[in-house]
Amino acid sequence: MSDTIKKLKRQPSLLVGGLITLLVIIMALFAGVLSPYHPTDDADLMNSEEPPQARFLFGTDEQGRDILSRVIHGSKISLSVGLVSQAMNTAIGIILGLTAGFFGKWWDDVVMGLTNIMLSIPSMIFALAVMALLGPGLINVFIALGLTNWSYTCRITRSQVLSARSLDYVKAARALGYGRIRIMFTQILPNIVGPILVIGTLGVAWAILLEASLSFLGLGTQPPTPSWGGMLAMAREQMFTAPWICIFPGLAIFITVLGLNLLGDGLRDILDPHTTRLGK
Amino acid sequence: MFAYAVRRILQFIPTIVIISIIMFILLNVLPGDAIIMSGNMRRQLDETAAQALRKELGLDQPLHIRYYTYIKGLVRGDLGKSFLRQESVNKAVAPRLWPTLKLAILAMAIAVGVGIPLGFVSALKQGTWMDTASMVGAVSGISVPQFWLGLLLMYLFAVMLRWLPPQGYGEGSFIHLIMPAFTLGVGYMALLARTTRAAVVEVLTQDYIRTARAKGLSELKVNKKHVFRNTMILVLTTAGLQFGSLIGQTVIVEKLFSWPGIGSLLVDSIFQRDIPVTQGCVLIIILVFLVVNLVVDLLYAVIDPRIEYK
Repeated sequence: MSDTIKKLKRQPSLLVGGLITLLVIIMALFAGVLSPYHPTDDADLMNSEEPPQARFLFGTDEQGRDILSRVIHGSKISLSVGLVSQAMNTAIGIILGLTAGFFGKWWDDVVMGLTNIMLSIPSMIFALAVMALLGPGLINVFIALGLTNWSYTCRITRSQVLSARSLDYVKAARALGYGRIRIMFTQILPNIVGPILVIGTLGVAWAILLEASLSFLGLGTQPPTPSWGGMLAMAREQMFTAPWICIFPGLAIFITVLGLNLLGDGLRDILDPHTTRLGK
Repeated sequence: MFAYAVRRILQFIPTIVIISIIMFILLNVLPGDAIIMSGNMRRQLDETAAQALRKELGLDQPLHIRYYTYIKGLVRGDLGKSFLRQESVNKAVAPRLWPTLKLAILAMAIAVGVGIPLGFVSALKQGTWMDTASMVGAVSGISVPQFWLGLLLMYLFAVMLRWLPPQGYGEGSFIHLIMPAFTLGVGYMALLARTTRAAVVEVLTQDYIRTARAKGLSELKVNKKHVFRNTMILVLTTAGLQFGSLIGQTVIVEKLFSWPGIGSLLVDSIFQRDIPVTQGCVLIIILVFLVVNLVVDLLYAVIDPRIEYK
């Protein structure tokens, strides 16, 4: 136990990032208990644009809703978008990468071509194009972001398959009569868990930022559902009369994404020190 | 070198053709009626007028014919006709190009000018408070939502201090450009600082650095002749790819600061369901990104003489 603590002390970003992430998860799970007011129903125009005070710690917005409660509930949207879309990306990346590496030939060319094309389209622009097709809305954000960010996972999986194929233990597994599918699951996948965990953590951070951006533009989560990006879209109009509206939702996005990025950096340092830093 | 440049430029063409197909399919899979109805809801079309409009815009044709018409125009540099405005997409996009480029260039200059030196200092002073401070700053820079940073800057410099205009293009005056460009540059600056630091740290462990030191070169000379050049090779490759994040963020920053660029046109056209304009904006933004990467690749060949480009 004390050994683990010692190790964590040498990894400040893992420790800080992990703690922040844990807090955000708790906030999302217990949003109903933690928030003093209802995020949408407790609108009272008598309390509109109250500055931060004992009754409303973060102040209220133009409709008199408690910003603290809305920020707490906003974590549910951000986390679910981040986790679900990154899960989609990971699944797409692994499936394409595994099959490309294993079956090779024309399928490998197709997958690699597709990966290169995805890398040559800025992810924000691809996500916007998908949103243009599907129209605004939260479900569509899940889909748009879940289709956008799988290329790194795909590349790493494929290269792992290619290098593993010539390794002795995979040859041995083959000689023992293991089928392709069995080799995939027992010999290849365990080896790529590390890099995929790192990419996944950074990917969740990326998706949360992008969801906030899309909601800020008005394409993502629609009002009155509380989402951090959506709350900020309103804030610009109220900046002169109620500047606190634009502080807390942004701070929530910033801290959450910072936590995940730190966690991802820390995981990379312990899991695979040789991966190059990526970012798009 | 010359042959490499030609080949690299030729590779460019299939890439852009495939991207144009993907984007065309993505934006046009909805049947023509869906497009036309949602795009022209406010015009209250009756059936004959809708029929006429459908014909005028070519939406009565099947998808592959429409793509053929589209690509035929594209080759001549014609992006098509807007659904809503009485003008071509070219006319809608053209006045938006320079504002966006201006914004992106200044943002990039800020990012390169601050990010790369910061990464160097950090790596050369590893483990000092300067290193820690810049790297904490860098991870914050990639985590901060840029539109929020922009909002805070707007509040500080426009509402409280009244030094800078809150938004708008202001007939192209420099003072309007400062806040948007800085907001846009921060994320890329942070990425560059992290990339540069990682690259320098890697270069410093190489044998040729030890050799250079062993033969008695001053630390300054080692850094200038060996570290800097080798680092830039590593930084350039990732910097080109990461440029996508900057060009993608122009959409948000332009919208926030009411900047009349391609990004804000793109968002407006998505809301108006003006598909040809959306398509034109998307293609132009991707084209800019691809050209930047092409230039990076060519630069790479210039500064790294070790590699033979056959």
